Amino acid sequence: MRMLVVWCPDWPVVAAASGAGLLLATPMVVVAANRVVASSAVARAEGIRRGMRRREAQGRCPELVVFDDDPVRDARLFEAVAAAVEELAVGVEIVRPGLVAVPARGPAGYFGGEEAAAERLIDQVAGRAGVECQVGVADGLFAATLAAHRGLVVKPGRSAEFLAPLAVNELRQPGGPDRTELIDLLRRLGLRTLGAFAEITERDVATRFDADAVRAHRLARGLDERPPSRRRPPPDLSISTELDPPVDRVDAAAFVARSLADRLHTGLAAHGLACTRLGIYARSERDEELGRVWRCAEPLTPNGIADRVRWQLDGWLRGGGPTAGIRTLWLEPEEVVEGKALQLDLWRGEGHAEAAEKAGRAMVRVQGLLGPEAVCTPVLGGGLDPLDRVRLVPWGEELTPAADPDLPWPGQLPAPSPAVVFPDPVPATVFGESGEPVHVTDRDMLTDPPTTVGINGGSPRPVAAWAGPWVANERWWSQEPRCQARLQVLLGAEPAQTALLLAYHQGTWTVRAHYD
Amino acid sequence: MSGSAVTRAASLKSVAMPDGVGVASGLTLTSVDRERVLPVPQVLAGLFPWGGLRRGSTVAVRGSVTVLLALLAEATAGGSWAGVIGMPRLGVVAAAELGVAVSRLALIPRPGADLPAVAGALLDGVDIVVVSAAGRLQESHARRLSARARHRGAVLVPFGPWPGADLELSHVRSRWAGLQDGYGHLHTRELTVSARGRGSAARPATTTLYVGPQGISDTPTPLPADGMWPPQRSALRACPGFQHHETHVPAP
Repeated sequence: MRMLVVWCPDWPVVAAASGAGLLLATPMVVVAANRVVASSAVARAEGIRRGMRRREAQGRCPELVVFDDDPVRDARLFEAVAAAVEELAVGVEIVRPGLVAVPARGPAGYFGGEEAAAERLIDQVAGRAGVECQVGVADGLFAATLAAHRGLVVKPGRSAEFLAPLAVNELRQPGGPDRTELIDLLRRLGLRTLGAFAEITERDVATRFDADAVRAHRLARGLDERPPSRRRPPPDLSISTELDPPVDRVDAAAFVARSLADRLHTGLAAHGLACTRLGIYARSERDEELGRVWRCAEPLTPNGIADRVRWQLDGWLRGGGPTAGIRTLWLEPEEVVEGKALQLDLWRGEGHAEAAEKAGRAMVRVQGLLGPEAVCTPVLGGGLDPLDRVRLVPWGEELTPAADPDLPWPGQLPAPSPAVVFPDPVPATVFGESGEPVHVTDRDMLTDPPTTVGINGGSPRPVAAWAGPWVANERWWSQEPRCQARLQVLLGAEPAQTALLLAYHQGTWTVRAHYD
Repeated sequence: MSGSAVTRAASLKSVAMPDGVGVASGLTLTSVDRERVLPVPQVLAGLFPWGGLRRGSTVAVRGSVTVLLALLAEATAGGSWAGVIGMPRLGVVAAAELGVAVSRLALIPRPGADLPAVAGALLDGVDIVVVSAAGRLQESHARRLSARARHRGAVLVPFGPWPGADLELSHVRSRWAGLQDGYGHLHTRELTVSARGRGSAARPATTTLYVGPQGISDTPTPLPADGMWPPQRSALRACPGFQHHETHVPAP
């Protein structure tokens, strides 16, 4: 991915100086653990280098100003730079204080070329944040960062070529992993440039070095170490509105919902974001607070936001939520994704887009009436019990099974499965030929063949046929083992036969399912 | 018995299909919708005068959840969505085994007092809506839901009695095979279903289907050689219970 990197040289020093109100013409260093970690250009001219002892640095330059390392200060002051960049480009990612990366495509397309975008950004950062910066553009974050150190725009597809002549110690970046040993080793092996390191095959690197070396090798070849993670949205994306007169009718609420949705969406889109979890909050005239979070697999469109707000208000106003009209309404994007990541086909699949869209809208409508947890889609997973194999996922959330269905589950009852399962087991009594209650022994045997079964205190019915017991020792390794014996019974005479699945656990029988 | 039902349906299909069934529904549906009948498994098609679930109709199912799930199988597998309201005990694994695409199933287990509103909302967007009201619904609400289904071109499938249903499928009897005293497991179920309705469906029809390990079929799935489900070696090790059956069953 083509990246544009804005780099503020010597950021810890710049941040410390601006905190202390000093000019950059003063020789300054930032020290951590008594070693110099950053120095100003003037200090470098005096011969001060990174890694030097504090005393030695002061010896070389007696008027040196020494600051303590303070990552919080660096990050806090860098926010102004990030915000300045964000005004011109979307998808801003702070790599570390002093370094911001943005996908180059957006600004390059908007300002008519990568060089023009770079110039514009340098001016913008200087104007808004009052800080000098350099810009580099290349394929991949690592190459772009090194390009920014040199103020270069590397042509597309030429990152590896650009990196090849650079020294291997470029692999060590501030804030990154400590690669001192690796670099030392590579040098001793005679691999002095990134190009020489990149020529080794990845397999050889993986077999001879550790996992970090493989990542370093990817970097040296001009590839991405990882996909960039996006910046958290600033909190002021939430919007609120005062309703005057207070809204107590649904049609009025629908009108408000529309305008709020547009405002929220515009605000998000300006940052290149789309909302996947939307919090809708309201306060009534009597200061009752209502709130509900809407989660969505797909990022919300303005219509989607408006619908949800309207349905939610509808639900509250009609469902007797507040006792008075709603006075304040605010929307908070609780979770956002990059606007480009609109996964419109996530729920569709198999070319039934229209039906899925319609069904989805109907289900969201029902969620407005009953709450988001009330509408579920089932996911089949692994498990021994028919009940364990199903997980009900509230509509809109990700469909992940509770357990892997592809693993073997020895002891799973074979098909056909019961059409009615009992989440809350129904008590049953099982009597044998001797007239005594039937139990399962420690050796997993029945004490007596079952002859009658009574359900939930009802009159006992004769057993026509039975099979089992099948014993399932689940989680025997844990604190709460679940050991149960299952029994299939066929009750009554034809044609009114009932097939049931019974379970025996700690001396009692329950009906787990009905083959209805 | 099933043979006669299929013959009747075949003869009806040619007569009843061209001019549509029911004038009221014909007026509100578009010509595209009128053509459309949601498919049901072949063995059940004979019960329907239209050969499947006609859009806009109300088809009540009584007595067996398996029959209900079987109705959903073909339609959901073909891309339709189904909503199931008020059935917290629905066996989803069984549904999947019968051929229902469970990923296109919307479950609303506990609609509470909002049942009419929820069913109405689902009828707007989902092809098949199953409602289990168990007498909690007033007749006027029930009729209104049927009317809404007719208007929206969806199929309302109440589980239990329903006033004014176009067709009512009832479970008549079932017989299980594969289970004996201590041996085997529930393997194949012979299920007899009868249908009775209004208008073109007034003549009762009956069919027999078999539900086995392979799902629904019109012929019984043959049992394993010994007539029982033979436990496999690995299962034996995992479930010690298997090897002890002999000890409980008195010799014949």
